Amino acid sequence: MVEATGAGERQSAFITVSGRPLEGCYGPAIAREQEYDRELGDPGEYPYTRGIHPTMYRGRLWTMRQFAGFGTAEDSNARYRFLLEQGQTGLSVAFDFPTLLGYDSDHPRSEGEVGRLGVAIDTLADMEVLFEGIPLDRVSTSMTINAPAAILWAMYIAVAEKQGVPRDRITGTIQNDILKEYMAQKTFVFPPRPSLRLVVDTFAFGAEEAPRWNTISISGYHIREAGATAAQELAFTLASGREYVRAGIAAGLDVDEFAPRLSFFFNSHVDFLEEIAKFRAARRIWAREMRERFGAVNPRSWMLRFHTQTAGCSLTAQQPENNIVRTTLQALAAVLGGTQSLHTNSMDEALALPSEDAVRLALRTQQVIALESGVANTADPLGGSYCLETLTRQLEQEARDYFDRIDRLGGVVAAIELGFFQREIADSAYRHQRRVEAGELAVVGVNCHAGGPPPAINLLRVNPGTEKHQVERLQAVRCNRDERAVERALRDVRDAARGSDNLMYPLLEAVRAYATLGEMMGVLREEFGEYREEAIF
Amino acid sequence: MDRIIRVMVAKPGLDSHDRGAKVVARAYRDAGMEVVYTGLHQTSEQIAEAAVQEDVDVLAVSILSGAHSVLLPRIIGSLRERGGGGILVLAGGVIPEADVPALLEAGVARVFGPGSRLDTIVEFTRELAGGRI
Amino acid sequence: MDLVSRLLAGDPAALARAITLVERDRPAPRDLLAAIHPHTGRARVIGVTGPPGVGKSTLVDQLAISFRQPHALVGVLAVDPSSPFTGGAILGDRVRMARSSADPGIFIRSLATRGQLGGLSQATGDAIRLMDASGRSLILVETVGAGQAEVDIMNHAHTVLVVLAPGLGDDVQAIKAGILEIGHVFAVNKADRDGADRTAAELEMMLEMAPDCRAGGWRPPVVRTVARDGRGIPELVRKLDEHWDCRQSELDGWCRRQAAAELSETVEAMAGSRLREWAAKSGMWEEVLDAIVGRRLDPRRGAETLLSHYLDSRPGEDAGSPTGCWTGRRRNT
Repeated sequence: MVEATGAGERQSAFITVSGRPLEGCYGPAIAREQEYDRELGDPGEYPYTRGIHPTMYRGRLWTMRQFAGFGTAEDSNARYRFLLEQGQTGLSVAFDFPTLLGYDSDHPRSEGEVGRLGVAIDTLADMEVLFEGIPLDRVSTSMTINAPAAILWAMYIAVAEKQGVPRDRITGTIQNDILKEYMAQKTFVFPPRPSLRLVVDTFAFGAEEAPRWNTISISGYHIREAGATAAQELAFTLASGREYVRAGIAAGLDVDEFAPRLSFFFNSHVDFLEEIAKFRAARRIWAREMRERFGAVNPRSWMLRFHTQTAGCSLTAQQPENNIVRTTLQALAAVLGGTQSLHTNSMDEALALPSEDAVRLALRTQQVIALESGVANTADPLGGSYCLETLTRQLEQEARDYFDRIDRLGGVVAAIELGFFQREIADSAYRHQRRVEAGELAVVGVNCHAGGPPPAINLLRVNPGTEKHQVERLQAVRCNRDERAVERALRDVRDAARGSDNLMYPLLEAVRAYATLGEMMGVLREEFGEYREEAIF
Repeated sequence: MDRIIRVMVAKPGLDSHDRGAKVVARAYRDAGMEVVYTGLHQTSEQIAEAAVQEDVDVLAVSILSGAHSVLLPRIIGSLRERGGGGILVLAGGVIPEADVPALLEAGVARVFGPGSRLDTIVEFTRELAGGRI
Repeated sequence: MDLVSRLLAGDPAALARAITLVERDRPAPRDLLAAIHPHTGRARVIGVTGPPGVGKSTLVDQLAISFRQPHALVGVLAVDPSSPFTGGAILGDRVRMARSSADPGIFIRSLATRGQLGGLSQATGDAIRLMDASGRSLILVETVGAGQAEVDIMNHAHTVLVVLAPGLGDDVQAIKAGILEIGHVFAVNKADRDGADRTAAELEMMLEMAPDCRAGGWRPPVVRTVARDGRGIPELVRKLDEHWDCRQSELDGWCRRQAAAELSETVEAMAGSRLREWAAKSGMWEEVLDAIVGRRLDPRRGAETLLSHYLDSRPGEDAGSPTGCWTGRRRNT
C-alpha cells in the first residue's frame, strides 16, 4: 500500500461518516492478492461482486421508483400518474402511520395522523382508487408495509384481479421485513415469532401463486437512518436475510423455491466510496452464504437484487438546495454500486413530503445520470479500483465479524431480545451527533458555510379535509358491505391464526368482503399479542 | 449543590422515529439530568399523566409525523387538567417554521427544528428548569 | 388546600410534588413527613429485585394490574441507577409498564439511585410512606438488580420477590448466596425459554439447602412466569398473598424491626454528616487527617479523637461513651 506522508494534509485523519479511516492513497497490493474469479468474477458471474447481470445497465436501466403517498387514495393516485408521465418506471407506495400500524382512520389513535406521511388505506375500496387507471400487468409496485404486509398485498392482488390481471402476472414487492422493525424502524405490531410465521406464509403463497412478485425487501435503509454505520447496515441486513432463509427452510420450503424472490433495500449515504464498496460487498457475501451455507443451487438464489434510496438523514433543512447535490452524489454511488432500482430524495424532504416540483427534479437527477453521464453504458466501471476493492474487502470482513457475534448471542431473534442491534445503533447515532457538533464531520450549510437567507420553498401541505373525507368513505364502506360475509371471513382469519394454515388465503377472502384493515389486524392482535420494546439507549 | 433536573422525553401518536428522541435523552443524561422516557405510541393523556406522576421540570416532545399541530395543544391541555400546568413543554422534530407561532401561542416554550444542536437543547432545558421552583 | 391535605386526599399531582421534595432536599422536608406519618403503616409493600434483563418491569406491570382488583389504588416505584460519572440517569422502566400507565388507579414514579448503593435511593422509604399516606394500599418497589448488594429492599418491603430468568449467562450456582437469602418468593420469568425448567429446579434445590433463617418458618416457593403473556401471574399473586398472610401473624414484630433498621440508618447518616460538618468547620478534620497520614495517629484513634472532641464541643449534652457502636445495616428478615 502506498503510504501517505501525513505531512501537509488538511486534517490529522480522514474518517468516513461511519468511522472508517481512509488511507492517503491505495496501491496495487490488493490487485495482486485478489483472485479475480474467486473474489470478483465478471458481471453476471458468481460471486457477483461486479453486478448480477452480464450487461447491467446496457441491457436495461435500473427502475426509477420514487416513493410517494400522502392524503387520500385520490391524492396519491394523482401523484402516481404524474410520476409515470414524467418517466418513472415503477411505483412505490408510502402508507400513513395508522395504516402502517393497522389502525382504521377513525380509530382514536389515528386522529391527526391520517394521510400525513403516506396514503390512508382502510379497505379494498381505497386500494381500488389508489390504482385507478394504472395497469397492474404493466406497472410494478413496491409497497412499504411491514406488520400488515400480507393484508395490503391481498388488497393489491384483489385490485389486480378486478382489472383482469391474474396473480401470477403481477410484479412488485412488499417490504414485509419485520426483523428490522424491532431493530430500527419500530413499526412492529406483533412479537417476533408470530410475525415470522406471517412472513413465511407470504413466501409460500408467493412461490405457489405469484412467482413474479418479490415477497420481501430485506432492508438496511432504516437501520442506517436510525444511525447505524455502513458496516452495521450491511451486517444487520444480511443477518436478517439469513434468518428469513433459515425460517423458510425450517417451515419446509425448498430454498430455491423462495430465495430467488428475496430482494434487498439499502441506503446510499454521503461517503461515496464507502457506499459503492458496501453494495459490492453485499452481493459477494450473499452469494457465498446462499451457495455455501444454505446449499442453494439455482443461480437466481445467489443473486442479491436491491433497491436503493438516497439517505434521508443526510438532508438538511438549512440551505435545502444543497440536498440536490447530496442526492445526486448518493444516486451516482448507487448506480456505480449496481442497484436494480432507485429512489432519489427531493430537496425539501427534511421539512415535509416532496412537492411536485421537487420530486420532478429528483427524477430528472436519475435521468441525467442514466442518459447523459455515460456511467450506465459499461458494467461495473470502477471494478479493479485499488481503493474500492480494498474497501469492499474491509466491509465484507466487518460484516462477517458481526455475523459471528450475532451467532454467539443465539441468532437474530435472540439478539433482538437482548437489545444488541438497538444498542449498537443507538451508540453509532450518538457518536455521529457528537462528531457533527464537534465539527469533525462536515455538514455544509449547517456546521460550515452556514447562514444565508431562510429557504423560500413551497412546502407540500396535506389537505386538512383528508381525515374527514377518509373517515366518511370508511363509514360508507362499512354500511354497504355484507356484514355476515365479513364476520365469516374474520372467523376464518382467526382460525388460521390459531392453527398453521397459510393466512394469505383467508385474508384474501376478508379483503374481498371489504373487511377493514383495523378489523383484520385486530383479530391478529388478539391472537398474536402486541410487542412492547425495551428502550435501549 | 444544584438540584437535579428531571426531564421527560415523549413520543406521542403513532410516529415511530425515535433516533432523535434517544440521542437527546442520552445528551440529557450526560449533562447530569434524570430522563424519564415514555416509549413509543403514547397518547396525549398517557404522556400528561406520566409527566405529572414523575413531576418533571420539562417535557420534551419529539414529533416527526407532522401531527404536531394536533398533538401538542392536546398534551398541554391534558397537563393542565391534571395539575401539571407548571411543567414546561419543548418540542422537537420536523416542524416547519410557519407552524411555530401557533405552537408557542398554545403554550410550547420552544420548538427545535432539524439540525438543532444537542448542547443548545440541553442548555435551554437547564435554564427553563431553573426558573421553575 | 395545601400540599399535605391534597396528598392525603389522594391527589396524584400532590403526591408527585411531595416525592420530588423529599428526593431533592436532604434532609427531607420535616414538616411534610411529620404531617403524613400518622397516616402511614397501612400499605402492603412488595419489593421486586433481580439481575438486569430478567423482565422485572414487565412483571411489575402485570402484578400492578392484578392487584388492582382488591386494591383501588396501587403505587409503583421504579428505581434505576444514576451514572457515576455524570450524575444523570435514564429512567426507562415505564416503557415496559404499558398497561399500568394506562390505568388511572396506578401511580408510577421513577427514581434514580443518586449515588446510593444497595439498589434503592435514599428517598425510597419516604416515597413509600408518601404513597401510603395518599391511599395507595399496595406498593410495588422495583429495585436496580445487580446481585448481592440489593439488600436495602428488605428494610422496606413486607415481601421480597426475586426474579430470575434462564439463559442469562449465569447459572443459578453463580448467583450470589445473598440474593437467595433475601427472597420470600422467587419467579423464573421468560419461562418459555430453553433452560427454564433447569433454572427453576436448581433454584429449588439451592433454597432447600439454604439455612432456614426466615421468620415464621416460611419456605420460599418458585413460580414460573412468562410476564409478557401473563402466564403464571395468578399463581405468583397467590404465593405473594400467602406470604402476606404469613407476615400478618407477626406484623408488629416486623414493623418494629423495620422501624429500628430505618431509625438506625437515618440516625447514623444524620450523626455522621453533622460530625463531618463540625469537623470540617473547626479544622479538626484536616488536623486528624494530617496526623494519620504522618503516621502519628492510627485511623481508629483518629475517629475516636474526632468524636470525643465533637461531643465535648456541645455544651449541656451528656458526653457519654465516645465509643458508640456504629454497627452496619441491620437486616430485617
